[in-house]
Amino acid sequence: MGAAAVARIALICAAVGVLLLPWYGLETLGGWPFGAAASLAVLLVQGAAPWLWPIPVLLLLALTSSGWGRIAAGVGVLAWVAVQGIAIGLPGSTAGFAASLVGADATQPALGWGALFVLAGATGLLAAGLAQRGAFGADALIAFLTLASLLLLVVFVFAPLATVLAAAAVDGGHFSLGALIARLGAGEAWSLGCIAARQGCGVVWNTLVLAVLASVLSTALGLAFALLAARGRMRAGPAFRAIAILPLITPPFVVSMALIVLFGRNGLVTVWLWEWFAIPRSRWIYGLPGILIAQVLAWTPIAFVLLEGAVRALAPSLEEAAATMGARGFTVFRTVTWKLLRPAIAAALLLGFVESLADFGNPLILGGDFDVLSTRIFFAIAGARNDPGRAGSLALLLLLATLAAFAIQTLWLGRRSFTTVTGKGDAGVAPRLPRGLGIACAAVAWPWMAFTAAVYALILIGGFVHDIGRGDMTPTWRHLLTGFAVEWQDAPIFRGSAWDSLFTTLQVAAIAAPLTAGFGILLAWLIARNRFPGRRSLEFLTMLSFAIPGTVVGVGYITAFNVPPVELTGTLLILVICLVFRSLPVGVRGGVAALAQIDRSLDEASATLGARAPATLRRVVLPLLRPAILAALAYSFVHAMTSISAVIFLVSAQHNLATVYIVGRVEAGEMALAIAYSTALIVVMLVIVLGIERVLGRAQLGRRAAIPLQAGG
Amino acid sequence: MSPAIRFTRVTRAFGPVRAVNDVSFDLPQGALVTLLGPSGCGKTTTLRLIAGLELPTEGRIEIEGRDVTNLAAAERRIAMVFQSYALFPHMTVLENVSYGLVVGGARRAAAETDARAMLATLGLDGLGARLPAELSGGQQQRVAVARALVLRPHVLLFDEPLSNLDARLRRRVREDIRELQQRLGLTVVYVTHDQQEALAVSDLVVVMREGRIAQMGTPVELYDAPADDFIADFMGEANVIDGEVLGVSDGQASIAVAGATLETRMRPHPPGSARLAVRPEAIALLPPTEQAALAGTVRRAAFLGQIREYEVETAAGMLFVVAPADAPAWEVDAHVACRFARVIPLLTPTARDS
Repeated sequence: MGAAAVARIALICAAVGVLLLPWYGLETLGGWPFGAAASLAVLLVQGAAPWLWPIPVLLLLALTSSGWGRIAAGVGVLAWVAVQGIAIGLPGSTAGFAASLVGADATQPALGWGALFVLAGATGLLAAGLAQRGAFGADALIAFLTLASLLLLVVFVFAPLATVLAAAAVDGGHFSLGALIARLGAGEAWSLGCIAARQGCGVVWNTLVLAVLASVLSTALGLAFALLAARGRMRAGPAFRAIAILPLITPPFVVSMALIVLFGRNGLVTVWLWEWFAIPRSRWIYGLPGILIAQVLAWTPIAFVLLEGAVRALAPSLEEAAATMGARGFTVFRTVTWKLLRPAIAAALLLGFVESLADFGNPLILGGDFDVLSTRIFFAIAGARNDPGRAGSLALLLLLATLAAFAIQTLWLGRRSFTTVTGKGDAGVAPRLPRGLGIACAAVAWPWMAFTAAVYALILIGGFVHDIGRGDMTPTWRHLLTGFAVEWQDAPIFRGSAWDSLFTTLQVAAIAAPLTAGFGILLAWLIARNRFPGRRSLEFLTMLSFAIPGTVVGVGYITAFNVPPVELTGTLLILVICLVFRSLPVGVRGGVAALAQIDRSLDEASATLGARAPATLRRVVLPLLRPAILAALAYSFVHAMTSISAVIFLVSAQHNLATVYIVGRVEAGEMALAIAYSTALIVVMLVIVLGIERVLGRAQLGRRAAIPLQAGG
Repeated sequence: MSPAIRFTRVTRAFGPVRAVNDVSFDLPQGALVTLLGPSGCGKTTTLRLIAGLELPTEGRIEIEGRDVTNLAAAERRIAMVFQSYALFPHMTVLENVSYGLVVGGARRAAAETDARAMLATLGLDGLGARLPAELSGGQQQRVAVARALVLRPHVLLFDEPLSNLDARLRRRVREDIRELQQRLGLTVVYVTHDQQEALAVSDLVVVMREGRIAQMGTPVELYDAPADDFIADFMGEANVIDGEVLGVSDGQASIAVAGATLETRMRPHPPGSARLAVRPEAIALLPPTEQAALAGTVRRAAFLGQIREYEVETAAGMLFVVAPADAPAWEVDAHVACRFARVIPLLTPTARDS
């Protein structure tokens, strides 16, 4: 779109924001156009907030200028809204330098719709000005989309993170390096008491030991599954793959509930062992062993999917080459196959490690006295003592551990090439597993597979029997009715206790999923198809939220958005925003990968035929990206329904989510209800994901699907 | 009449690399102009600068008198045919051809009528319902041309349009493009690295090298009066030798090459030493007894059907010679005398060394 058109729309938008909409508050309309819902123009005429005068002045400047003038006005308004918003806040929080200018009693509530429109207008002006100077391919609309995305990412990814990290270094309202160092080195984190005496170890050691064990075990099991599926004598692939879907559609902590039912003090297995072998009952499942088993159960299928792909992608000719040089079965495996699999194994290890670090639900349910960083962060905020400094420093430690894992992987793999798929046809036949190795894999994989199946079966059954916790297996609808009873009095009345949270969850997921898919694909397109300065930083900010553990995000949101200038806590909006930015990296990655398959000349052809960016996007890019959009939709929907670590900080009595409700039931001892609800959740998810695929995926089943996405075929 | 396209000191830098470096030119309206050069010379970047797919780092671009320097591709009203054709794989041929009209705001029915007419013009009737993947390479190429022409552009750009076609189709398609350009009075800018293609169809050839214009002129000018040995060699092969011009009068010159004095045709040139280009087909091989000729020995001989190719070692260096097949044949190691029918004095003899 032309710079002039964008500038005009931006000015109209800013004018609406200045003249009509309430400057403060997103939910106040009382007294409009005066009082709490007054617009900026009214506020200024009343002399209420004199420090806001630069905003209309800068906007008037933009009215008569172009190029540099628009850039200056846009930057000026954005910067001024941010600076005054941060400097002048609630009573008592006005910053020192601002107090000396406007008086210490100057206060203001959080920004509202008017401010939002003014900010959007200022971004538009900046974009128009930059495009006029030839930046962003001279396309003002692309400039606007890029800048707006960048601002959103800064506010909702970078700012919360910065707030957490800043909180770690603030003590009693002042910045203190000493406090930061003291917190980071605290005995709570690093104590080695468990080696010398029978005390608890530091929470960092707990976390790292758990993460290393969980990633190594799940990768080893996943590898056994992958080798059997791809190279075994039996066709094990379909059975393994069926199981592999389960953890993707279950809330992460559901496995923990099943483990308690099996191995808790009154668990089925525990009781059976006691009655038949007089093995005393204990609470061994609570702590490291329990969390470890739960995590290995959950991550093994993920490692399997990753490693099976890698095993199948190995070019058999390499192994055949080794065989023709005289190497025998196991030697070929050890010297060629294993070596070529190392990057995939590293990836699986990293994934398991990072997932384990970020896991919150399992340690919360099964942890007992064994705290890990994610749960300790939660209790530092939600516990008896709300200590943001301690939460911040623990979050910093967790973030550092995650980033270190990514860094180690990059360093280890960075300089090597393991590409075996070269694009040339490979006629080789993959060798079977060496006999001994095959038997070993089978001996490990099949029992574990049976165990996994049993755990999930238990979840399916658990909600429909009287009391699975005590082995009372009489079928009943009781638990389902507690949660989901509906009465009919002219209209349905949702009496069940679970309805509220289920409706909220569905509502949040239904809003978040299309937003994630749309925003993710837009970002992917901006990053993959447009050249502009700062493209790398935009990509980095997008991917950043992938590396931040959910607990850290949760703490960040609750500290950053609890006070002006942006006040969102307790709203439905904050849940939606949090989930959108959490799943965004997956949508962007998928979009970038899909765009790489679509020849760039298609976009260019569309542009030379007179189509502006939106038309190109709508008519050429999006139709070709349909599979990626579908995947992003399904992923973000499932993620919105199963995530817990970040949102547990953000729910409120009004807006509770299914996962948080379920964890609450577990803690209240209502295991059967929790299990019944989990089953219902899984069923709802399956129905909706399959529905999305059916409605949106149908059009690509025709013959057009067979056409490779290359220009002109 | 303002030029169809005017570049004023245009530079396009990618980081430290200047793909197009301080280029200025005027391209006349209604002409077929080729941008010619080896790969990496900046010809495709120049085309993309005209299209608006790249924006200049410095300089000014005008199309038909309008400053388009910072105008995006969609706003420039030019049309382009891509090397890969860039047909939209999810649209039928008819949808592809009517695309530009539809996004420009035309009604679908009207757009499709226009598109059908254009398909008929290009001999593609009845293929409208096909998908691009169901067409042959030549048909895809014509659909791409139809899609560009249906917008009635004044300027049409081609990026190596023949490179994905087999050798037999190439000649026909390039004649088609030339015929279409002349019939519709279009300004066409055409990128190629094939000098024969450029010579065959162009009104004007712009030879580029390392981001700059090496020489610009009609095909005949470039062939007969190349500015330097790079162009002499690039516009059809040339033997470049050092010699001395003894005198030129009335197109007839007498030159000294490696001790031999030869009579040849040459355009006016002041007497003195010069760098001379001799086309392979301008060298006649005669029996060694001939006087006023350059003595040599045949080192390689090849029979190619219509012609014979020789490499002849002389005191002036190795000469590449192309002779008609019906001329007397020479064996390897035969002693011959070389006579030059025509010699081209190069304007800037040291260009390659600088």
